[in-house]
Parts: sequence; C-alpha cells; structure tokens
Amino acid sequence: MGRLFDFMLPDNKSPLTADSTDGLFHFINEVSLILLLGITIAIIYFAIKYKRKSEDDETPVIYHNHALEITWSVIPLLITLVIFWWGYTGWLNLKSVPDDAYEISVTGFKWNWSVNYANGAQTLNEIHVPKGRPVKIVLQSRDVLHSFFVPDYRVKHDVVPGRYTYVWFQAEEVGESQVYCTEYCGTSHSNMLAKVIVHEPEDFEQWLELNGGGPSGTPVEQGQQLVELQGCQTCHSADGSDNIGPSFLGLWGKQEQLADGSSVTVDENYIRESILYPGEKVVAGYDNVMTPYEGRLSDEEITNIIEYLKTLK
Amino acid sequence: MANHSASQPAHVQHHFVDSDQQFDSAKLGMWVFLVNEILFFGGLFCAYIVFRAWYPDLFTQAALQLDKVWGGVNTIVLIGSSLTVAMAIRSAQRNELKGLRINLMITIVLAFVFLVIKYFEYEHKLHLGIAPGSLWNPAPEVLAVLDHPKANIFFSIYYVMTGIHGLHVIVGIGLMIWLYIRAGKGHFNSEYYTPVEITGLYWHLVDLIWIFLFPLLYLIE
Amino acid sequence: MAVAETKKMTTLQVQRFEPSENPTNTYLTDEKGLWAWMTTVDHKKIGLMYLGSVAFFFALAGFLAVALRTELWTPAKNFIEADTYNQLFTLHGAMMVFFVLIPSIPAALGNFIMPMQLGAKDVAFPRLNLASFYIYVIGAIFTFISLYMNGFDTGWTFYTPYSSDANSAGVIWVTLGVFILGFSSILTGTNFITTIHKLRAPGITWGRLPLNIWALYATSIIQVLATPVLAITILLLSFENILDIGIFDPALGGDPVLYQHFFWFYSHPAVYIMIVPGFGIISEVISTFSKKTVFGYWAIALSSLAIAFIGFLVWGHHMFTSGQSAVATTVFSFLTFLVGIPTGIKILNWVATLYKGSIDMKTPMLYVFIFLFLFSIGGFTGIMLGALSVDIHLHDTYYVVAHFHYVMMGGTLIALLAGLHYWWPKMTGKMYNETLGKIAAVLVFIGFNMTFLPQFVMGAQGMPRRYYNYIDQFQTFHQTSTIGSYILAVAFLIILYYLTRSLFGGEKAPSNPWNSRGLEWQSTSPPDFHNFDHTPVIINHPYDYHKPMEEFQLGIAVSQNGHDEHHETASEETEKA
Repeated sequence: MGRLFDFMLPDNKSPLTADSTDGLFHFINEVSLILLLGITIAIIYFAIKYKRKSEDDETPVIYHNHALEITWSVIPLLITLVIFWWGYTGWLNLKSVPDDAYEISVTGFKWNWSVNYANGAQTLNEIHVPKGRPVKIVLQSRDVLHSFFVPDYRVKHDVVPGRYTYVWFQAEEVGESQVYCTEYCGTSHSNMLAKVIVHEPEDFEQWLELNGGGPSGTPVEQGQQLVELQGCQTCHSADGSDNIGPSFLGLWGKQEQLADGSSVTVDENYIRESILYPGEKVVAGYDNVMTPYEGRLSDEEITNIIEYLKTLK
Repeated sequence: MANHSASQPAHVQHHFVDSDQQFDSAKLGMWVFLVNEILFFGGLFCAYIVFRAWYPDLFTQAALQLDKVWGGVNTIVLIGSSLTVAMAIRSAQRNELKGLRINLMITIVLAFVFLVIKYFEYEHKLHLGIAPGSLWNPAPEVLAVLDHPKANIFFSIYYVMTGIHGLHVIVGIGLMIWLYIRAGKGHFNSEYYTPVEITGLYWHLVDLIWIFLFPLLYLIE
Repeated sequence: MAVAETKKMTTLQVQRFEPSENPTNTYLTDEKGLWAWMTTVDHKKIGLMYLGSVAFFFALAGFLAVALRTELWTPAKNFIEADTYNQLFTLHGAMMVFFVLIPSIPAALGNFIMPMQLGAKDVAFPRLNLASFYIYVIGAIFTFISLYMNGFDTGWTFYTPYSSDANSAGVIWVTLGVFILGFSSILTGTNFITTIHKLRAPGITWGRLPLNIWALYATSIIQVLATPVLAITILLLSFENILDIGIFDPALGGDPVLYQHFFWFYSHPAVYIMIVPGFGIISEVISTFSKKTVFGYWAIALSSLAIAFIGFLVWGHHMFTSGQSAVATTVFSFLTFLVGIPTGIKILNWVATLYKGSIDMKTPMLYVFIFLFLFSIGGFTGIMLGALSVDIHLHDTYYVVAHFHYVMMGGTLIALLAGLHYWWPKMTGKMYNETLGKIAAVLVFIGFNMTFLPQFVMGAQGMPRRYYNYIDQFQTFHQTSTIGSYILAVAFLIILYYLTRSLFGGEKAPSNPWNSRGLEWQSTSPPDFHNFDHTPVIINHPYDYHKPMEEFQLGIAVSQNGHDEHHETASEETEKA
C-alpha cells in the first residue's frame, strides 16, 4: 500500500493475521525514523555549530530543564503505550482461533515436519490448506524444541515436547508459502523447511480424497512411501551419497563397522532394532542423533520398510 | 605493604584509611555476598515451588520417605552451632581468646555431627535405590508406598538442595578451622576480629537455609 | 584515624596538588616482571590483565564471526560443514557474551578507573579482585577443554532438551565453565559495591559521584542479584546432563520452558550488565569533550538504577513464542516498554549536553556520536521487538540478530572503544595516533552498518537465525553483510596497530590531555601505585566545567600513610565549606 518500509516485509498472504502486525510494524518504523533523524540532525548540527574554537571556551551551566525533561519523558511514554496496546490486541487476535477453523496436526522432529489430516491423509513437509478458510495448525514435537514460522502469514510458535501449541491463519491466495524452523535444533536445523500449499477449496477436498488412505500398494511401495513420509531420506540417502546417517543404497546384507569396534551384518533384526532404538548400535563415523521410533511405527510398517530397503541395491 | 604510618595497626591494609573503614567494608562485602547466596538458593526454591505446584500429591507422598526425627535433630544441631558461633564473636569482642577457641571448636564439632547424620540419611536412601536422576532404582518396599511416575523429580530436588547446602557446611567447617588456627596464633583481639565476624554471618545464613529446607522437604503433609 | 576525626570537624585543611608531568615512579615501573604482574593486587594492573584477556577473546570470537560470514557468502556449503558452523556460531555467541561483553567495561576499564574516580588507593578487596581474574581464567580453560571434548553446538542459550540430549561431554564442560565464570562476575560486583559505599575520598557525596560510578554501581547490583540465578540454572543443567535429574527434560517430567524462565531471569539483566557501564563512559566522554556540565545529572544517574531494577522484570520478553502464560506475556511486554523510557531519557540528556558546548571532535567523542546513532537504532528496534504481535513475526530471525548487535556492539563495544581511547593516555602514559584513530572510527561505522542493516531487512523478510543454509532470495543481503564484516575486521586491525604502536613509539601523554575535570585525571599519566600521592578532597560537582581547574586539584594538607615526600607541589590552601 505504498508505505515507506514495505520493502522490509514479505507479501501479506493472510490479512486476518498479518494486517495488525504490518500496521504496527510500519507505525513503529516511521515514528522511529522521525526520531532518529531528529537525534542525528541535532547532534550533527551541534557538532558543527558549537565546534571548539579555543581551549578557553566557556560553556553555560545548564543542569536541567524541567519542562523539556517532562516533555521528552511523557511523549515517548504515550507513544509506547499506544504501541503496547496495538501489539497486545494484534497478539490476542493471533491467539484467538475462529470457531470454524480447519484443524491440521503438525509434528516437528529432527529435521522434518510431519503433517496429519483428520481423514488420515499424511504428508511430509507439505501442508495443504484450503483458500479462504481459517486453518488451525496444532503443533507438537517428538524430540527437542522447534519453532513453526510462516513469514507470509506473520505467525510463529515454538513447538515444545510434552505440550501442544498452535497457530492459525487464513490464506487468501492460491500458491505456496515458505515454512521455517526458527528454534535451533541441531545439524540440519536450516534444512527443516516446509511449504504451505494453498488450494481452491474444491481442489483441496479433491486432494484430501486422493490421499486419505495412507500408504497403499505392494509392501515395497508402502515401505517406500513410509520412508518418504517419515522423513528418513533427510539423513539417509537412497543413492549412496553420504549424509548425516549411512545411505540406504546397498545397505541390505552389508557388514557394518560399529562405533564400539564390533561389527554387524545388516539383516531384518538389525534394521528393526535401529529403527526402534537407534542408539543401541551406531555405525562408526556417525553421531547418535536419530529420534527413536518406538511406539510410532507398527510391526507391519517396519516390515514394509525392510522390504523396501532390500530393493535398494 | 610498607606504607603504613606509625599510627596504623598492622592488620589495616594499605588502601584503607583506618581499622573502622576496613571492618565496615568487610562486613558490607559479606552482606552483599550473602544476598547473592540467597538468590542462588532462591533459584532452587523456585524450582521447588514450580514442581510442587505441578505434582502436589507427589511431594506429600515422597516426603514420608524422609526421616523427620533425624532431620529434626540436625535442625537442632545447626541452631546450636549458630549460637556457639555468635558466642565466639562475643568472646573475640571481649578479648577472651580461650573462649573464642572453645566456641569455634564446638561449632566445628556440631557441623561435623550434622554432616555425619546427613551421611547416614543419604546412605539409607541410596540403599533403598532412592537416588537422583538416572540412578533412580527404588526397592519394592519404596514403590509400595510411593507409587508416582515422577517420584524421581522430588528426590532430584531433594539431593540437589541438601547437597549444595551440605557443600556450604563443608566450606563453613574449612573456614572455621582456619579461624581456629589463626586464633591459636593470637591473630584476633577486640580490635580486630573481622574474619570471625564475617564467617559468623556466613554460618548464620547456612543455618537459615537449612531452617527453610527442613520443613519444605521433611514436614509437608 | 585522621579522617575519622576530621569528619567530625566542619573544616578540612586542604592544599592544591598539581600532578607531575614527568612521573618517575608509576604503577608500571613499580613492580616489574611476569610474576609481579601475575600476583599483583593492584586494581590497575588487574584491569589491564582483564583488558588483555578481553581483547584476546574479542579477536578470537571476531575471527569466528568473519569465518561464519564467509560461509554465508553462498546459500549452500561454502567451506565448513553444518556441524562445524553450528559449533562456531555457538562459540562466537558464548565467547562474546561471557568472555568479552560482560567483563569488558566493568572488569577491565571499571577496575582501572573506578578507584581513581573515587580517590581510593584500590578496590575494597584487592586480593578478591585478583581471585576474580583467575576465576575468569579458569572458566575460560573449562571452555577450551569443552572444545577438546567434542565441542558444543547448542547456541549460547543452552536451551533444553537439546542441550541435555546430545553431545553431553562438551556441554557439561562449557556449562561448568560458565558456572565458574559467574563467580568472577559476582565477586567483581561485590567488590565494586563495597568500594563505592566505603572507599570514597573526602567530599565525594552521592551527589558528586561521577556518572561512570553510578553506572558501575547499577551494574554491580545486577551482577550480584542476577548472576547467582544463572549459576544455579547452569548447575542444574550440568546435573541434567550428568545424572538426568529431569528438572528441565520433558521426557523425565520436567519442563523446558522452566529452563527458559531461569535462563532469561539472568540473561536479560545480563544485557544491562553489558550496556549500563557503557552509559557511564558516554557520560564521562561527552562532558569532557563538550567542556560542559552534563545535562540532567540525576536523570542519568537514577535512570541507570531504574533500568537495573525494571531490567529484572522483563525477562519473559524473550519467550513470547515459547508458550508461557498469556498473562505473563502481556505483563512482560508492558514492562519492556517501561524499561525503554529511561534509556530514551539518557540519549536525550546526552544530546542536550552538546547544546552550547565547546565540542572537540577527538576520537573518543567521534565514538560517542557513533554510539548515539547506533544505539538509538538498537533502542528503536528493541521497541519493535517488545510489541507483542510484531515480535511473533520477528522472533528468532535475523532482525533479532541485527537488533542485539546494534545494542551490544553498537552500544557496548563502541562505548568501550570510546572509553579505551579516552583513558588510554592515563592507562599507558602514551598518546595514540589521532588521525588513524579517526579513520578507524569511520571505518567501524561504515563496516558496522553495512554488516547489520541488511540483517534487519532479511530478518523481517523471514530469514531465521542460526541457519547454515538459506534460500536464494536472501543471498544479496548476506553478501553485503559479509563485505561489511570484512571492513569491520580491517578497522579493528587498524585500531590494534596504532594502539600497539603507541605503546612503543607513542608521544608521551600529559597528565590531563583532554582538560577533564574528572578526578582520575588529577593524577600522573600513568598513575602512581597508590593512584594519587595525596588523599584527594572534592568540593565540586564532577562536571563543573565553569569552575577553574585549581578547584579540582585539592588534597588533604596533612597527608597520611607516608606520602609526605611529594608535597612540594602545594601552592595554596583552601577551606572546605
């Protein structure tokens, strides 16, 4: 809308949550700029006008000036009270989810966002939402602190293990918005990204229908889908390249050298153990950073994953 | 420092104008340090309050595992030692060097008694598997009366609080022994007893903290 | 005993003492050799040892910063691995906060200047002062051991459960290091409070304290009240790592948000430990180089105390997105604005001091001007971050990074540079090269703004902090910032060069090169081991530039403690009112 500091903010794609924030952002910037210019011009002017002429210059004794001091205490106080109130109401709005909000559950874990929809659909690092409808994202963490941040919507909340938190927004444009993790969480913190993908409401319904059933197909296909949904490929490549964890390519049947000096052959039991209790047998040269999957995958799902890994030769 | 004028007693350090200024400074410094100690323990009391608010039944249940009788005895022991330390200062003020040494010695003995009782309390609990953090492995008879999933947290707080307090007692004993030796060498008199005075302040604080710890940990119903 | 008696009398026999321009015996010539330095209890030497250590850690952490900025030249990997990057930014932050900013002004410059401004021979507890220094060194050693033990990559805030989960050996050592370091800070604070209360020279009433002393006093109060809470927090975190005591770990029933409350209860006041002493320096320098009494002495003095007090009540503004209670969030935001007011008042008081002054744009004054500009930006962006709804958007982005660099570097470090140049002649007895000084100051200004202004923009655009990789749209901002950091590095090398050179080939400094009325300037350059060769007597306000210099060079006529040999400079006798 042609404000002076527009260049600093990303596009506003959720006016219901962003408008108040943006208005206040511009207001503070503009007031600050005026005051900063005032101070800067004053000090430069004084420095030139009252430049020392000789070592014997005499200066007036001005201990204080009540009128001036009260003015410059009270006016900033009033301005900050306005800012406080404005920020407070904007923040209340961010906390107050509209009643008809569509709820999506998002789980943060090192270093992915797992997204679950009411009808059982599941995605990884993609949050599909309908346009023009409030969406409530319920956040939880499997391991350490994360923080869910969508700059386009001006919303952010920490994702705290052991409790649920939430954010809400209402996207008004079809398209994509970037999601960042903004609470430091380890090696790949800066890769813990996701996208919000906004659909027309009818397209969204269609998308939900299509993906509602969870993984499907042969065990190998299901295994592959699980590996993608669980974010395994963030650390374990399927093409043999080295990453945070050992690559899946050629893993099956391999002799692995362990960190404690012993070695192990990769078979069903080893893979199962490494999924459920990754800290037990860590391959030499890698850190023990994987989140245990105990209680998060069923026996059948683990079997499917093993079937998939067998195919990566 | 060779810069004392003839009128200054030997114990006055070079940067002080006189003995009074040195004494006042030492005392103020110690008070400031005690404020810092209170805030140090304040953090622990804060953690205590938060967890007690979250798990109120745990705290009442778990407190039953602590031995009120021996805890009470220890409270009396520490209060007694506070009295003897006050008497030590009084002796120093009156120039009674023998009284000073006797009172210091009684204080040291009482502090040791406190530690010995504390040692047996710890020993008993560790024997039952009531240990802090990952060492938590309670015996069946403990589990029978203390069936709470977060029971380890109470004892973590218990061990940290009493452990750090115990450390303060040990430091106090060290200071007291140092005073005792210096008193034996005749370093103190009614003109100069600053170290006795400020160690006394410290010891009162150690006592005071225990007076808070005892009811908060042992006596909650 | 003499003073105790004279206090009761209404008059005090005083005499004028002009400091000698050619001192033969100074604190630098008094005891020589490494061992004498290492065992000295002289506050001036201890101050210099702190200054050396702070400079060392600043160089190290600054070098890390340049390495980090270089890595960020491109969005993907440039020359260091993600894990190394994470360790380096953690180390940069932890070192700058705990080893540079916190001790920089109070422990280094404060140690040197404070007793002199009070007319005291030393701090109240000189041996404790030396002990504080060695505790600082031991804390540093622990941190280096931690690097050897796999390092730590938790960020300087050590947030749980990340810090209690992974890589514990390094975290245990560094947290113990910070724990130990805390005691150095606590003991320095204790020492300063006692000194300011008990060791003031005759005539220095609370109304005649230099503003630098007021600032150090406020700082010391925060050090004593806040640091123990950090100590216990960090100790609990160590126990969490060693024994899994479960107080902060949600998996064991604890609460990570509780850790954040504990941590910021210290670390927010710690921000004032860093910046408030800088305010003191600005007040001293601005009055000297304007040759004018400070506008609003009490406003500046008391606003330091107000900041110290309110500063204890705003820690929750670091946690607006953490899930703390709504009431707490509202109250913390409100109080945050209240703490902004005294800070703003100070800036306006300094600007008003310049009015109708006699302004001499020497290097220290140039730094004061830079400070006023940069710190104002830091303050305004702080207001931005205090506003609840806006903070939700800006929290943990580069906007915050830019903000605290404007406050901590644009504020504290620029004030430190102002103070360092201002007192350099007093500390070393040598003048630095004024031309190079000004060139470096201008370069610092340009480099600093070039480094951190772009970070405001990319932060508001959404660039999160502590990111090793970033998306392409931020590359131009990152590259500008990186070039700025190189300019800053060059500026600091120039400063290092001319200050070092002045030690060996510098022009000899007169006792009072800036014609300051400050008491510390009424001694020889460098000062005598006992600071003054007489007990100073103060009859004027410290910034009474309209009164003649003679009225600021008074001492007790009958000297004590065996200093009678210097009395030949006595020229007149004055009576104290």
